[in-house]
Amino acid sequence: MAMDILTTDDIEAICLGATLLGTGGGGDPYIAKLVAHQALETYGPVKVVEAADLEPDALVLTTAIIGAPTVILEKIPAGTEFVAGVRALSKYLGKAPAAIMIIEVGGLNTLLPIATAAEMGLPVVNADSMRRAFPQIEMTVFTLAGLPAGPLTVADEKGNQCVFETTTNQVAESLARAAVIKLGLANAISCYPLTAGQIAEHGITGSLTYCAEMGRMLQAVKDGHEGAWEHFLSESGSHQFFTGKVVDLDRRTTDGFARSTLILEDLEGSSATMRIEVQNENLLAFLDGEPVITTPNLICLLDCETFDPITTESIAYGNRVVVIGMPCAPQWHREGMLDLVGPKAFGYDIDFVELPS
Amino acid sequence: MSESPATRSGSRPELRVGIDVGGTNTDAVIIDSSGAVITAVKVVTTPEPIDGIREALGRVLTDVDKSLIAKAMLGTTHPTNAIIQRRDLDQVGVLRLAAPSSLGVRPGAAWPGDIRDTVIAASAIIEGGNEYDGSEIAPLDTDAVRRFAAQAVSAGCSAIAVSAAFSPAVSDHENRAREILAEELGAGFSVSLSHQVGSLGLLERENATILNAALLSVASSVVDGFGQALAAHDLTADAYLTQNDGTLLTAAEARRFPVLTLGSGPTNSMRGACALAGVNDAVVIDVGGTSADAGILVDGFPRESTAAVEVGGVRTNFRMPDLISMGLGGGTVVRDARGGNGTTLAVGPDSVGYAVATESRCTGGDTLTLSDVSLAAGRLDNFGDKSLLGDLDSGLVSDALAWVDEQVSIMSDRMKSSRAEIPLLAVGGGAHLIAQQVPGISEVLRPENFSVANAYGACIAEASGTVDRVYSYDRTSREECLDDARELAVNAAVRSGAHPDGVRITTVTEVPMTYVPGGGCRVMVKAVGPLV
Repeated sequence: MAMDILTTDDIEAICLGATLLGTGGGGDPYIAKLVAHQALETYGPVKVVEAADLEPDALVLTTAIIGAPTVILEKIPAGTEFVAGVRALSKYLGKAPAAIMIIEVGGLNTLLPIATAAEMGLPVVNADSMRRAFPQIEMTVFTLAGLPAGPLTVADEKGNQCVFETTTNQVAESLARAAVIKLGLANAISCYPLTAGQIAEHGITGSLTYCAEMGRMLQAVKDGHEGAWEHFLSESGSHQFFTGKVVDLDRRTTDGFARSTLILEDLEGSSATMRIEVQNENLLAFLDGEPVITTPNLICLLDCETFDPITTESIAYGNRVVVIGMPCAPQWHREGMLDLVGPKAFGYDIDFVELPS
Repeated sequence: MSESPATRSGSRPELRVGIDVGGTNTDAVIIDSSGAVITAVKVVTTPEPIDGIREALGRVLTDVDKSLIAKAMLGTTHPTNAIIQRRDLDQVGVLRLAAPSSLGVRPGAAWPGDIRDTVIAASAIIEGGNEYDGSEIAPLDTDAVRRFAAQAVSAGCSAIAVSAAFSPAVSDHENRAREILAEELGAGFSVSLSHQVGSLGLLERENATILNAALLSVASSVVDGFGQALAAHDLTADAYLTQNDGTLLTAAEARRFPVLTLGSGPTNSMRGACALAGVNDAVVIDVGGTSADAGILVDGFPRESTAAVEVGGVRTNFRMPDLISMGLGGGTVVRDARGGNGTTLAVGPDSVGYAVATESRCTGGDTLTLSDVSLAAGRLDNFGDKSLLGDLDSGLVSDALAWVDEQVSIMSDRMKSSRAEIPLLAVGGGAHLIAQQVPGISEVLRPENFSVANAYGACIAEASGTVDRVYSYDRTSREECLDDARELAVNAAVRSGAHPDGVRITTVTEVPMTYVPGGGCRVMVKAVGPLV
């Protein structure tokens, strides 16, 4: 669906889609929704543009929040930190941005850049680098294309800013994360300064409208429309793998990752079980011991009755869920994908499996 | 009366009176120090609830030595109704100490327009508040606090709600702001501080603080009325109100923190039912005419919901019981669609509600309800006339009951936190629908006098203290951090009136901080103990 102008009316659908694409993690988009709502009310609607429609050498800057979702619940964004981070990078590069891009369409980072675009009076590019949530800055299709995350800026709401020149996107991740610990754990990051031409060629184009469309189709399911679930599955290319209830949940935390293992039992009474491995996001799903959905494909858990996407933080024993596998964006499928975001990149000795077509 | 420890030791036995004001009935119960029910009454809730309280008190006190009553507990829906009906609410000035952070979301941003316009008369976000590590976001802008005092008064506010970032961990800025507001407006001006009413989550805590400030007049009239009702019956008992976690506020605390009483009804009901049945861990299913509510008691307290709780459309982070509801009740309508094009039986979700005693077929009505089905199957007796059911198809009866059993099984399974079997308490007018055998349930209990479970739950409430803050397990060991949190919670419980020797830790919840290394962990601890 075409979306030329983004208004407060589009926020609910984008928020629902973003929770789905968070694939269990990515942070609760609720606060981001309120920030976006206030910005669109204050500064007016935001224009949505395709990367290919901009001048090929036009500068596009990204923004995102980096930190801990728990802290963000107390330290609500000001909005100004994102603008400051973008301006700092623009100043360092000596060039003004023509548009803002979302780096992570999935979780709370989907809606915040829309607020930034509104405040700066810039359009937002209909593209991103993940089209799902991932925990680290280097886990992007741009890294696969050999495009650098740096130079990048980290900014807070008080006027503190750092600029990093980095040698690899992995170093970019660790330097930014270290700065954030000193800056209050709820900061703005602007990375991957790219041209519109680079985004059109290597980015995941159409991801913002994809997110809004997923949200609208899922809302139709929630509203009980006839055939809406089948429509959602076929349009998204998703496959329903399991309907079960959570019978075991083992949570543990190491190095900022909330790791857990979920065991689901079939609701229909068969002896089938599903096991899901989680590190902030849902990464692997096994049906009776066999891997059936693997990262970077999306494993989404939805409540059996309400069809609300279920997050890692809120899941509990007895939850009744539908498990679907959603294909990751096609732009991921290129050399290096599995080393960067495949099962082995997260420490699992498992081969990637394709979803059924 | 049987010999209790108190009488053996020579001191006078102590009695308690508990009162619950519900939507339909006002219940009162008197219990002795062993927890045994001495007497219980039920009267109709009156338009001015205090009238019903007086009447219930008058009737429950007949034949009781009033001088033995040492404590009086009230559970009431007054504040909840005030919010839902947007009635008698005070105008509030909202002061947030968090700038330059948090400017992206204004106070009251996600409130329904009608209650926002009714309650929030002025608001400001000024410099102050703290970071996750305890350092200041900015020094408190004391001049801005003074300016806001003047602004709030000229806008007609009768109370001010103050909330600062990370105040559950560091409350200095909120406390300082209150001192300044007292200097400007006098010590008698009402100020609610967020760290005293809510936990982590700035927006939800701020919302709770605003609602608290808006309820101060309602709280005063409830506490005054309760005091007058007690005095009118020559009672000199200490007065308490129950809060939503099943513990108590003194009358003086209830004047200052009325928001904590919201939703105490379901908690009192569940705790009362379990205490009457003599169990501490159980699934509780309350089946009414239209719907069934399921909850779970762990160690004598309802498990609290992790989801945000909305009160009158306002999102808060109250410690509310985790409840699920289903359209399953004694009046639920049963339709046999098997004869026509349909192939299945349709049960609910509509219900004849309170008219179950007149509209069900077995009472001479025209509607087939689950009560009819239950009667036909022998689960229900002493209700209606079985012969009026005529030739009710036995397949229909067994299919409808199979549906009921499955719903009950789903509800109890969703509530349980592990596979271990625990008891199920079946309460409410439609409890007969619950079978004697439920999968995953060790036994189904039906306490006899559960009709006054709410008032009983108010009677047995204890004092509590909580802590909710972020620790770093890298800087200090996990055990030391947890010990610190436990000690803070115990001290808070003792300050609330718990006996220091009887305080126990009821919950410890750790929520690790994701996406950052450094061992950051949010720790929530609650301590509870009997009143001194």
